[in-house]
Parts: sequence; structure tokens; C-alpha cells
Amino acid sequence: MMNRRKVSFGSLALILSVLLYLCLLIIGPVIALISGAFESGPWLVIKSLTSPVLIKAFLLTLRIALLVVFVQTFFGTMIAWFFVRHEFLGKAFLNGLVDVPFAISPVVVGYMLLLLFGRNSPLFPLLERINMRIAFASSGVFIATLFVCFPFMIREMIPVIESLDRGQEFAAATLGTNRWTIFWRIIFPQLKSGLLYGMTLTFARAIGEFGAVFVVGGGVQGRTETVTLFIFRCIEERRHIEAYSAALLLGLFSVTIVFFADWIKRLQLSKKRISLLEDSLI
Amino acid sequence: MNLTMLQKKEKTPAIAWALRVPSILFLILIVVVPVIVIFQDGFREGWHEFWYQVNLPIARHAIRLTLYTALIMTLINAVMGMITAYVLVRFDFLGKRFINAIIDLPLAMPSLVTGIMLVVLYGPQQSLGNFLLERFNFRIVFAPTGIVLALLFVNFPFVVRTIQPVLEGLDQSQEHAAETLGANSWRIFWKIIFPALVLPVMGGSLLSFSRAIGEFGAVVIVAGNIPLKTQTAAVYVFSQVESENRLGASAVSIVLVLISFLVLWIANSIHKVWRTS
Repeated sequence: MMNRRKVSFGSLALILSVLLYLCLLIIGPVIALISGAFESGPWLVIKSLTSPVLIKAFLLTLRIALLVVFVQTFFGTMIAWFFVRHEFLGKAFLNGLVDVPFAISPVVVGYMLLLLFGRNSPLFPLLERINMRIAFASSGVFIATLFVCFPFMIREMIPVIESLDRGQEFAAATLGTNRWTIFWRIIFPQLKSGLLYGMTLTFARAIGEFGAVFVVGGGVQGRTETVTLFIFRCIEERRHIEAYSAALLLGLFSVTIVFFADWIKRLQLSKKRISLLEDSLI
Repeated sequence: MNLTMLQKKEKTPAIAWALRVPSILFLILIVVVPVIVIFQDGFREGWHEFWYQVNLPIARHAIRLTLYTALIMTLINAVMGMITAYVLVRFDFLGKRFINAIIDLPLAMPSLVTGIMLVVLYGPQQSLGNFLLERFNFRIVFAPTGIVLALLFVNFPFVVRTIQPVLEGLDQSQEHAAETLGANSWRIFWKIIFPALVLPVMGGSLLSFSRAIGEFGAVVIVAGNIPLKTQTAAVYVFSQVESENRLGASAVSIVLVLISFLVLWIANSIHKVWRTS
């Protein structure tokens, strides 16, 4: 497939320049963070990673990210389904709206929610009456994260739903199966791997969110302080080892789950290709 | 297709509406309402006040710095992204699979962590950063260079991943023919490969530009928050929210949102043209 040329001077220079660029831009900084965290030995890293404030922040992050994933799995799939299977006026416009969160700066997202739910908002007295706080509360952090993660599930599920084999659905319907059984027995198994991938991407994005969460939540220690906000506070207070250790943990966590999801997706794809090959051979 | 859809609609209108109404409602509540609120707030004192806030020296500098750093990043990213994709598709070398995996790392890395990593390597208190500063008087962190570097990190995958499949699908027989006819590899690149890449590169670059404009986490760490020096528009909005200058925050937010939307719209149009051609 690939045409192996003689390694000429020009191509060697190209390869080396790419390697150098990647070292300066990505690999170097990653190594620097690892060595920065372990600068004063592993004990300090372990000590900072087990500090109760960090654990509390980590639990909050986890709780919010899981909730966002849960809501987006449901609504995201529903919206994706609706875009693929239904025709209606203004579909292209609504479809464009889905990508809006990608285009808006996280700071602006947080600020929008502050305007919408904050003290100066017309909604504020209403929220006060039902005793609900959103600005500078964990529910605000949740909404901000939801906004930022909104497109991932939808964009992942649309091609999956488009590629569903409708013949099976029609066959089952002809045989008198009800919609519920069709969904669980025929549609859901085909959606599973796409769902898993979309959930992972959403989760990874959710635990790493910083700007929006900072503006709307304010980073109140113990109440709205997520892991990223904890790291930022450590940097501000010049507690470098703690900041580096927590950043390393967060980065490692996020990268691991995304790469794991990628690996599963590729596995699934190659399996599908093999089964297609077998079908064609038969 | 239309007929089956019609029949389906007649059969189950209730289910269709049960899906439709919450979907649209959720989309509008989550996405549209906040955007409307910010426009309403920024223009509540009229055009004149909006224009005044955007033209304040600090705000204007922040917007200009944002556009300028994003532009430099986009140019470097386009060139390096093209070279990287080319190398990955056309050459075989040790560690290629590792490099290929590394490219996706910025997508998974939280932007705040990105900023910290760059400061640890290039910061003035660190060995490499200190060396560059003392020896060459080259400051990276707390300077526009750092902003460009952070944006490059965050946006690296976009151009590479758009071009890779295009290069893989390219018909190599044209190149071989040109080679047989005596064209050198530089000429082959410009005359045969580059024309196929122009539109995808432009699409990917614009996408990264629109993302770069709003980048916050990585930039706030690397650039610091020095007004008239290293304060980008997103960081400016942040500092105005902190100091409760609502009008200023809203005005610059609107500018950011409008630029992003415009660039994204152009990127989508280019993508459409490329797909149909």
C-alpha cells in the first residue's frame, strides 16, 4: 500500500522537524509536568493527592461529570435520533445550534449563566422563592458543564443512528413486535458502542472544564470547587507541588479514558470489517 | 422514503411529538436562551455604550491580541499540521504509531493542565525557560509567545486529522507520472498534492481559529493576566466579571461570540464546497 522510497535527505529533514516540533510542543511539556510533580520525591505527591480538600473537589467533579453524562446520554441520543429520523422545517438551523457550545468561550458560557441566574437577573426572585441557588452553587456548575459538553453525544450518535440497519426494524415490525422490544432487541445493541464512546468523550470534557465552572461557581472551597479550580487555586497560592500532582492526576485520568475509548472503538470497527469480509466470502 | 415517513407519521404522531417537543425545548433552553441573554445585556444601554466599552484601550488591546495570536497560531498550525500529516501518511519510521497516538493527546488533555505543563517547561523559574531567557532574552511564558504556544498545543490535532484521510485517499499515480516526466518532489508537492489539500486545510485552520479565540484555561496560566500586555479577550471578560463591570464583560463577550460564529460559518461553507467538489 505504502510506497517506500529511498530515505532522501529531504524526507529525513521532514521527519526530524515533525519529531522536534512534537517534542517541543507536546512530549516535552508532559515530561516536565511529571518531573515537576516528583521534584521533591514521591512522598509529597502522595501526600498532596490524599489531601481532604482535593478528595472533596475530586468527588464533586466526579458527581457533576457523571450527572452530565447521564443527562446527555438520554437527551443527546434523543436529539440525535430526532435529527436523523424526522424531517421538519428549520432542521438545518437547529442542527447548527448544536455546535454553538463549541464556538463560545467557556468564560462567556459561565458569564451567560451568571447573567441568567445571578443576583441581577429577573429570574432571581423566582429562584429565591423556591429556594434554589444556581449561581455560585453546584447546580450552576452542573449547568455550565452540561452546556460545554452538549455537542459531544449528539455529534457522536448522529452517524451511528444514520448507519442503523432499518431492514431489521421493518422485519420485526412486520412480524408484530412492539416498538419497545424493537428498541431494546434491535436498535439498542447497535447503538451500544457509539453510546459508550460518546459518554466517555462527554465525561472527559466534563472533568476537565475550567473557565465556565470558575465563572459561574466561583470556586468556593468545599462547595463549588472542582479539581480544576483546586489546581488553579494552588497555582495562585504558589503551592506548586500540590498543583502539579493534581494536574498530573487529572491529565492522566482524562487521557487514559479517552485512549481506552478510542481503542475499544477501533476494536469494534475492525471486528465489523472482519464480519463484513466473512459475509462477502460466504 | 417519503411515503414510509408519511405512513409512520400517521401511525404514531404521539410518539413523534413526545420526542420532538422535549428535544427542541432542551436544545433551546440549554443553548439558545443563554446566548440571547448576553446580547440583551450587552446592548441594554444601546449601541453607543456597547461601542464605547469595546473601544476602551484595555478591551481593544485584548481583542487585538486575541486575534493576532490566534492568527499566528493558525498559520503555524496549518504548515506544521500539513507536514505532520504528510510524514505520517507517506513515510515509515520507528515510533510512527506512538507519534500518531500522541497527536490526539491535546484533545483529551484539560486545557488548564496544558497551561500548567507549558509553564513547568518554559516558565522563567524553570531550567529551560530560564536558559532561553538569559541566553537569548527570549521570554515565552507571560508573553504573547506563550499564548501562541498554548493555542498551538490545544489546536494541534485539528489540521492533522482533517488532512490525514485526504492524503490517504489521494491517487498516487499522478505523482508517479510527474516523477517519470522529471518533476522534482518540490514541484510535485505544489502542483499535485497541495491543490487537493487547500480546502481541507483552510477548513481545519478556520475551525482551530474559532476555537483559539475563546481559549481560556491554557492561556490564563501561560499568559498571566497583565492588562495591555498579555490579557486576551477571554481573560479580559473574566477580569471584568470579577470586578463587576457587567457592561464591559457583555460587550467583549458579544464581540467574541460574533467573531467565532462568523469564522465557524465560513469554515462550514468551505467544508460544504469541498465535499461537493
